[in-house]
Amino acid sequence: MTTSAQTVIAPARAKTAAHTATVRRKQGFQHGGWFVAPFLSLFALFVIWPLLRGVYLSFTDANISGDSANFVGLDNYREALKDPLVWDTLGHSAYFTLMVVPCITVLAFFLAMLAHHIERGKWLWRLCFFAPFLLPSTVAANLWQWLFNPGTGMINHVFGLDTPWLTDKSYAMLAVVVCTLWWTVGFSFLLYLAALQGIPDHLYEAAKLDGANAWHRMVHITLPMLRNITGLVIALQILASLQVFDQAVVMMDFMPGPEESTRTIVQYTLEEGFTSYRVGYASAISIIFFVIIASVAVARMWLLRKREEGVR
Amino acid sequence: MTATQVQANVRARRPWTPSQIVLTLLGTAVSVVFMAPLAWALFTSLKSETEAVEVPTHWLPKDWTTQAWTAIFDTGNITNWFVNSVVVSVCVTAVVLLVSSLAGYGFARTEFRGKSALMGLVMAGLMVSPAVLGVPLFTTVQQMGMVDTYWGMILPQCAPAAMVYILYKFFQGIPRELEEAAFIDGAGRWRVFFTIVLPLSRPSLAAVGIFTFIASWNNFLWPYMVTNNPDLMTMPNGIATVMNSYGIQWAQLMAGGLMAGLPLIIVFVFFQRQIVAGVAHTGLAGQ
Repeated sequence: MTTSAQTVIAPARAKTAAHTATVRRKQGFQHGGWFVAPFLSLFALFVIWPLLRGVYLSFTDANISGDSANFVGLDNYREALKDPLVWDTLGHSAYFTLMVVPCITVLAFFLAMLAHHIERGKWLWRLCFFAPFLLPSTVAANLWQWLFNPGTGMINHVFGLDTPWLTDKSYAMLAVVVCTLWWTVGFSFLLYLAALQGIPDHLYEAAKLDGANAWHRMVHITLPMLRNITGLVIALQILASLQVFDQAVVMMDFMPGPEESTRTIVQYTLEEGFTSYRVGYASAISIIFFVIIASVAVARMWLLRKREEGVR
Repeated sequence: MTATQVQANVRARRPWTPSQIVLTLLGTAVSVVFMAPLAWALFTSLKSETEAVEVPTHWLPKDWTTQAWTAIFDTGNITNWFVNSVVVSVCVTAVVLLVSSLAGYGFARTEFRGKSALMGLVMAGLMVSPAVLGVPLFTTVQQMGMVDTYWGMILPQCAPAAMVYILYKFFQGIPRELEEAAFIDGAGRWRVFFTIVLPLSRPSLAAVGIFTFIASWNNFLWPYMVTNNPDLMTMPNGIATVMNSYGIQWAQLMAGGLMAGLPLIIVFVFFQRQIVAGVAHTGLAGQ
């Protein structure tokens, strides 16, 4: 009796068990809305809503107090495109980007090669090259403002110069660039260092067997293997450099610099919004700037996709 | 250990080839250049205010004094700013870790309506920052009545699309079978998330946490926009605005700057391996 009953029940049980298992397995991955809800609510409030609000405000003459905004159509955009200060400050940000990006890429690569190939004290090189990145931007800026100070600063003293770094139009932005290089190269340096460590040793060993010298190994193995990371470093640096603000304002004591030569687009936008109280106009400039940033990001994605297709 | 012993040990490990000597010398020279500004800040902070601005300038203080350091503690709000920085960065890091790991997992593993559209929105959010949309973000926070509050400083820093994206990529790489096995054993999915998925993700979470903390500790622009109240300011903000506002006192400014920068540098010395892996990991995930 018992045996026959068991043989009848067992397959049925096994069947239901298997069924519950499938159901459970599937259900586990269903209805994930609650996982993303906390992030999405913060994201909606502090990223998406300000973006939409910025678009709305850019069509109004809103001021900082937020009362009685009138719809003005495209007036703000028309004014922005004619405003020489928009073009000047955009130019300053672009000039800064053009100087910083190539320098930082080359310098980061050079530092990473050094730290990777010196066999002793690796942690010390890493610490020295990366430490400045751990400082707040304002501290780095104050420090370089002090170093570039014409009378009492160390730069002129050490190099025996008499250059008015922070008060002359032709040097001011250069001083901001030097500060930025010192302060931020550590991040790109670490990216390069990690990428160098990821290149398999056997490539170099094979090349050595074939009689390739150090220079050939760098040109034919290291550089091609670092192509992706170089693209990433350049893209991240372009996006970050276009948004430069902190160093420039702090080094110039929150002023636009000599003959307004270090006033960036971010600074101009914030001045229009918070000093001139023209929130509508500032929003229009912000949206124009957002479109520029977004085009850079989209261009990078397009380039990446094109390269992937090329590989295939 | 004497110097000769140290040398003997080193020599026992690896030979000093000519190329290693050249590279090490070059590395030392570059390191000195990189460290010189920090040394200059430290020496300046140990001079008196009058000696700091003496011409011609000199590296080492003639009279070593801690005047500047005691002055910033006695007169300024620097302890206040330090506490604010700690509160803001710790809160931001905790919230970001929680919400972005949940969201990363939700996007990587679960199904819900509108998922791909929402993921696209998050990707678009990568391009929005206070530098790009500062004015509309400020008016939004103003509408919520959060200007000059801790909430106003903390919450807008808690929605970093980049961190969600990094964890999303990571969760996609975990084999599904682990979770499936747990589901079959009857574990609920919250339990699976907290007891199986999260422990597996420790290195990625560490990376996101460290990176968020650095970014938040050093954030200047957002606290600068959202508060003018010296009692609410964070270190970078207080140093840049209050200490710069009435006749700069360089020795004090350098002392304050070091105090803002040193905690992270000391943390870096101890957790170097994790931080390097973390920065590399967070950065590389963007590839």
